[in-house]
Amino acid sequence: MEFLTTMGLEVHCELSTKTKIFCSCSTEFGGEPNTHVCEVCTGMPGSLPVLNEQVVEYAIRTGIATNCTITQYNKFDRKNYFYPDLPKAYQVSQLYLPICQNGHIDIEVNGVKKAIRIKEIHMEEDAGKLIHDPWEDCTLVDYNRCGVPLLEIVSEPDFESGEEVIAYLTKLKSILQYIGVSDCKMEQGSLRADVNISVRPVGQKELGTRTEMKNINSFKAIARAIEGERQRQIDVIEDGGKVVQETRRWDDTKGMSYAMRSKENAQDYRYFPEPDLVPIEISDEWIERVKNSLPELPEEKKARYISEYNLPEYDVDIITGSKYLVRIFEGALEVCGEAKEVSNWIMGEVLRLASETSTEVEDIKFSPENLGKLIVLVKKKVINRNTAKEVFEKMFSENIEPEQYIKDNGLEMVNDDGAVLAVVKSVIEANPKAVAEFKGGSAKVKGFFVGQCMKQLKGKADPATVNKIIAEELEKL
Amino acid sequence: MVIDDKMIDYIGELARLRLQENERESAKNEMNKIIDYMDTLNKIDTNGIEAMSHAFPVKNVFRKDEVKPSINREDLLLNAPDKSEEAFKVPKTFD
Amino acid sequence: MDLSKLTALEAGKLIKNREISVTEITKAALDNIDKTDKNYKAFVTVCHDEALKQAEEVQKKIDDGTLTSPLAGVPMAVKDNMCTKGILTTASSKILTGFKPFYNATAVEKLEKAGGVLLGKLNMDEFAMGSTTETSYYGPTFNPWGENRVPGGSSGGSAVAVATDQAYYTLGSDTGGSIRQPCSFCGITGIKPTYGAVSRYGLLAYASSLDQIGPMGKTVEDVAEVLSIISGHDPKDSTSFNQEALKFNLENNVKGKRIGIPVEYFGKGLDADVKTRVLEAAKKLESMGAVVEEFNMPELDYAIPTYYIVACAEASSNLSRYDGVKYGYCTPEFEDLTDLYCKSRSEGFGMEVKRRIMIGAFVLSSGYYDAYYKKALQVKAIIKNSFDKAFEKYDVILSPTAPTTALKMGENLSDPLKMYLGDIYTVSVNLAGLPSMVVPCGFDSNGLPVGLQLTGKAFSENTLMNIAYSYQQETDFHLKKPVLKKEMEA
Repeated sequence: MEFLTTMGLEVHCELSTKTKIFCSCSTEFGGEPNTHVCEVCTGMPGSLPVLNEQVVEYAIRTGIATNCTITQYNKFDRKNYFYPDLPKAYQVSQLYLPICQNGHIDIEVNGVKKAIRIKEIHMEEDAGKLIHDPWEDCTLVDYNRCGVPLLEIVSEPDFESGEEVIAYLTKLKSILQYIGVSDCKMEQGSLRADVNISVRPVGQKELGTRTEMKNINSFKAIARAIEGERQRQIDVIEDGGKVVQETRRWDDTKGMSYAMRSKENAQDYRYFPEPDLVPIEISDEWIERVKNSLPELPEEKKARYISEYNLPEYDVDIITGSKYLVRIFEGALEVCGEAKEVSNWIMGEVLRLASETSTEVEDIKFSPENLGKLIVLVKKKVINRNTAKEVFEKMFSENIEPEQYIKDNGLEMVNDDGAVLAVVKSVIEANPKAVAEFKGGSAKVKGFFVGQCMKQLKGKADPATVNKIIAEELEKL
Repeated sequence: MVIDDKMIDYIGELARLRLQENERESAKNEMNKIIDYMDTLNKIDTNGIEAMSHAFPVKNVFRKDEVKPSINREDLLLNAPDKSEEAFKVPKTFD
Repeated sequence: MDLSKLTALEAGKLIKNREISVTEITKAALDNIDKTDKNYKAFVTVCHDEALKQAEEVQKKIDDGTLTSPLAGVPMAVKDNMCTKGILTTASSKILTGFKPFYNATAVEKLEKAGGVLLGKLNMDEFAMGSTTETSYYGPTFNPWGENRVPGGSSGGSAVAVATDQAYYTLGSDTGGSIRQPCSFCGITGIKPTYGAVSRYGLLAYASSLDQIGPMGKTVEDVAEVLSIISGHDPKDSTSFNQEALKFNLENNVKGKRIGIPVEYFGKGLDADVKTRVLEAAKKLESMGAVVEEFNMPELDYAIPTYYIVACAEASSNLSRYDGVKYGYCTPEFEDLTDLYCKSRSEGFGMEVKRRIMIGAFVLSSGYYDAYYKKALQVKAIIKNSFDKAFEKYDVILSPTAPTTALKMGENLSDPLKMYLGDIYTVSVNLAGLPSMVVPCGFDSNGLPVGLQLTGKAFSENTLMNIAYSYQQETDFHLKKPVLKKEMEA
């Protein structure tokens, strides 16, 4: 039997505000357990929440960037359940009136374009962290993450393949980074996804029973979880069984999912409007202001790079796919004005070194302005291309300033034609055998002369100049 | 009789409350009486009336995104029945 | 001179005039508590050492001129559901055994800044759920006006501490009448301010959309002074109004004030003596120049079921944090996490609290939300609207506070629904968020006090205080004192 797969995604994204959503504790990652806490984020009796304005601002930004309608009158609700990582035993979230609704993100898989609809985006608070203590066989509770602001971005069940899911997540991540609302570091849990998945035989109209897999935190794990769960559901159906609607946990090391205990499945969250917070009213002016302050989004940037700089689509796709590569591109471009050059450097040396040193693009250290300077130095023939590559390696590893570095290490090109001529003459004189070969009609031997000259010039001459002078001198013979 | 044994168990599970056998019958009776009384609201027509969660139209109360010092961990853990030096302790959770 | 008989402002004046030191008056108050409270049990905790230490500091600040409040140095006490830094805060519940917060409630903080000296924490119905102070884990508080009479509740300790002259003034909290009804039962003056006038920060929440802290005292002047200290915007409470502290300008003048009396409040179930006293008070105000008129407000019939749905729903959520993990009572034996939660909560909460939590969980549960909770919020809107209409015609609404005077101990405990019905005149005010004040207006045939309730539109506290003040200038019910049982000095 052939099967179709349908998936929906709930993405949780930690916002990069300085403080938590309802109190002034720092959101900084790491830190000793229970040191970024106060009575509010630990739900001590009598404490009350006060909303961080930046969270609303970021939510509006995200809504606009994902083509949502902003809910101009929205509210918080309480979601009630008991778990030790939730100190109030309710999570402040938005059920009835989420801040953003009805958006979409366009993706492209194997040349096919598709819009994935976003049902809603709501603001909520993150929970704490539970740490298993193997010595005492108990669980320790750390509330540092508790109250860190989250956006939950809920898609419609529009995905039909794992590739679509990954394309959507890649796109979403790049948008969120672009607009500066989240660093989306999956390894720190600041971007997490829950996948709803169902299968049905080809020809069947209504969707199959879905299961939900929670908190998968890498793109690769998501792809594996989807494939694993899809196959499991197909096996169940083919064995004559029925898929049960449940929440499953994906164990990436074992490569299988398993059902969570039924108690954790009892979902009657008794949502009701949060009485300790007041409604949020977002004016047209506020939305307009956020709209105007939004940076250019990946799609717009891509189109502009192609039309304005005439760069190949493939290169532009890669550069605009990451806010960090864009930062390098635009920073270097501003200094040197050579779009094509900058793009070549990024596609070549930057990505090569990043891959060789296993550096994530967000962790690249060198300053984009220095790359711009380097390009200028090549253009002005202060150094040649080979030297530039050497300097760049140094820049990549130590963020050195190229001009100073070239000066300090005497790497400037010999731009004095007279000096080059002297070297050429001495090389011709010292190699009568090669001269004879040249006279005998071997053009190849010209390369030998160039090599010898460059060697004597320690590589610091413009190869074109050297070539030209050698040709002239040989002609004279 | 909305509140039967099954409902008492269900609400008890939601609210993490277990009634003793001797509390159960009277709790059921009292709660049914109270909920019957609450049902008098059905006499009032509320069609088209907006549910009012806040009595006053206060809105947009915000805080600036500025970090203030957190509290001492000792203070946080001061009242905890069971704790380590740096965290609250609970029985092993399912994982 | 018996210092304890002074009003708060009189005591403050003596301190200001250096006729008595803060330490002296604090010591006298503590001694008085030691002698008196065995019979009345108003206090859960008495802060002997802390109060004396605080008294010294306050005296210094009065001496160097930094403290100028008319209540600087005057000893007071607060209901045990308000957080007091380093001092036991229990909400009269076993589940908060040993809980000492590391922060103050904003209202407490403001009083301390004004030089109030905290004598201790006052008994209440567990988590403010009850109208008799009998549901306290620490046992009941006794009304000084009659043998075996309840003081009302839930702020019963706050009312009795004032009525027995143990504290010059106290703070209570009012979710459905918990300041006003005990004021009525104990013959003292108090006000539930407009929702949002006083910060709720540090108040252990019962029903967040209805809870409000307010002062209880011997006279309108005292109560007005305290309210002017504790009110005003608090950046830590999103629902506190963004405005300055309330200011009062008290004048004996009710001329032309329009007073409405809802007919519905004088029907079936109202004790005859209470009815007579309250209508006499209306006559008195009329004779002083007010315009008194009856009117209809049939929506009030729906206030009690609406109130209990909203209050229980919010309570079920607010009280979920008490789970035996972070503070308070934890069951000694358990099998796993769920067992720890269930046992700690079932053993730590009293029956009335458990009942309200379960009702609350029910009205919010899947399949019942629309029929109960949403319906209640709609009726709340109707009730609010009918008050708005009434205040187009009247400056205040005059009514009884409770259908009866102080009940006998145990009378209502066995019948929760009957107890809920006793809140008939008070709960609608909380649903609409309005200010409402109670002043003594006489006694029933058993010599038990009756309280007059005056309700105004949002932020009309000054109007309420002025009418209440004028009334007290022309009557002496608030000056009457019960005969106290005290331990004689050896």
